[in-house]
Amino acid sequence: MALREMDPKTKQLVILSGKGGTGKTCVAAALAHLASISEPPLKAVLADADVDAANLELISKPRRLDCQPFYGGQTAVIEPNLCSGCGLCSAVCRFDAISSNNGAFQVNPFACDGCAACFFQCPENAIKMQAQTAGEWFQSESQFGPLFHAELTPAQENSGKLVTLIKQQARLLAMDESRELVIVDGPPGIGCPVISAASGADYALIVTEPSRSGAADLSRVLKTTAHFGINALVCINKAGLFPPGEIEIETLCREQDIPIAGRIPFDPAVVEGMTQAVPVTVYAPQSPASVAIRAVWSRIRNILWGYS
Amino acid sequence: MIIAVASGKGGTGKTTIATSLARAVSPAQTVFLDCDVEAPNAHLFLEPALSLRQEVSLLIPQVDNKRCTACGKCAEVCQYHAIVLLAGETLVFPELCHGCGSCALNCPENAISEVPDAIGVLESGPTSCGIKFARGVLNVGEPMAVPVIRQLKNWLGAHNQPLTIRDVPPGTSCPVVESLLGADFTILVTEPTPFGLHDLKLAARLVKQLNQSAGVVINRDGIGDNRVEEFCREAGLPVMMRIRFDRRIAEALAQGKTLVETFPEFLPQFRELYSQILELVSGTRKVDSRAQIELNF
Repeated sequence: MALREMDPKTKQLVILSGKGGTGKTCVAAALAHLASISEPPLKAVLADADVDAANLELISKPRRLDCQPFYGGQTAVIEPNLCSGCGLCSAVCRFDAISSNNGAFQVNPFACDGCAACFFQCPENAIKMQAQTAGEWFQSESQFGPLFHAELTPAQENSGKLVTLIKQQARLLAMDESRELVIVDGPPGIGCPVISAASGADYALIVTEPSRSGAADLSRVLKTTAHFGINALVCINKAGLFPPGEIEIETLCREQDIPIAGRIPFDPAVVEGMTQAVPVTVYAPQSPASVAIRAVWSRIRNILWGYS
Repeated sequence: MIIAVASGKGGTGKTTIATSLARAVSPAQTVFLDCDVEAPNAHLFLEPALSLRQEVSLLIPQVDNKRCTACGKCAEVCQYHAIVLLAGETLVFPELCHGCGSCALNCPENAISEVPDAIGVLESGPTSCGIKFARGVLNVGEPMAVPVIRQLKNWLGAHNQPLTIRDVPPGTSCPVVESLLGADFTILVTEPTPFGLHDLKLAARLVKQLNQSAGVVINRDGIGDNRVEEFCREAGLPVMMRIRFDRRIAEALAQGKTLVETFPEFLPQFRELYSQILELVSGTRKVDSRAQIELNF
């Protein structure tokens, strides 16, 4: 393989899926491993953007270097001594977060969106907005390069904001240390945290599975990447499970001119590796899944850097 | 009785459990809500005849420039930076707006009116086995799932049936919370892998914070290791059902068939699961007698 031309710009690859559990994190960790051992080696930075169910650290053996609090939104709190019970706060709240318990108005912090409409309306100034520690984020040193990850406190809002923060940190480090690749392990779905994870990506690798659910969700993710003008390529995990599902995915990709980067067969070695806290390409390099992921990686390298 | 089926980790089998439970217990007395509005899939399994449709919109501000004095009050009260004052002009960024209405309430010139901005749709219809099915679908490119879920929960008096089953999105953040609020019981579906365990812990913490009773279903039993079982024992979470890992099950689900359709031997297990839930819920609080569906199959 000859290197035609190396783009000096750091490339950003986001891994998405739509449907959960298709194998995003296992593929992301394996790609990070393959980048670290490729010829010439590629220096990558990892960002786990699935902040409300972050798993990348479980298969990259990270050592935590730094931990920082993340302040998300705020929550309204009613001071009972000042409250006259007029109920204006409850009337203006569009999130059904304020209710009266025998004339005593209370905020349900889980329903509160932090909009502060009640705060500005309260004639008694009985409401204050309280900042919430919404989680923590970490910089770690993993086996395959620096890892930025986070733990959003369950039930917190602003996961999109935390995703953006994690990605910014990863990107800054990549630029500082002239690292060529940022791998962003994205969340499932197509909403706020996915949009944050995908923004600025050079390519989105969409890991799907050949089921009717997988195909339906893939179609929604492809519409989302198209909506935001992000290049996409698809990788079919658990290939062979349901051949008509695979045909559905292939048709979908052909119609939209989306390349299929590879097919990873169902392989028990993936879960076995996970229980040993390593990617399948480390645990069983010759297993069918590892062979397939290497092909996906070489395809991605071609696309991102123009190897031939 | 409202049962939410959640998981933390995606792809553990929430929809598998929710759809089979709906078919197994008492379809004609059941409402099924697909709250995974970003990636809704339950319709593929239950095949409802979707006949009713309603748009979900947020009320977003519209500024009357003739009245606006560019005082900046709206930008000051907006917590989402969705309305800003730029070069003497008030600009609205609809994709950042949460539709709280605070800008309109606080405008001293009454220059802000609110107009609906479509972010998704609600759809409903019966399935052939009599389940009243409804789902929300977030429009592509829209960030906010929560308002779609909130409106889905309240749509068509969704709770006027003895049993409501909510298929919850993965994760533990705001869309999950919205889907869990108001539920009587949460089934946490997991798989016996390190990822499954890690995310189960987060989901268990969430239901505890919400003060909800919960139990665990272990899917793909036999892969991975025993640490999920150990965690459930330590945390006092009942393991209510196990589904063995079997490639034939995976193949059937891939085709969009419910588990109990293809493997009727699971029917008694799902009915037993429901009985356990009834018992656990009536142990912790008084249940509306309406919720006690007669279990005479």
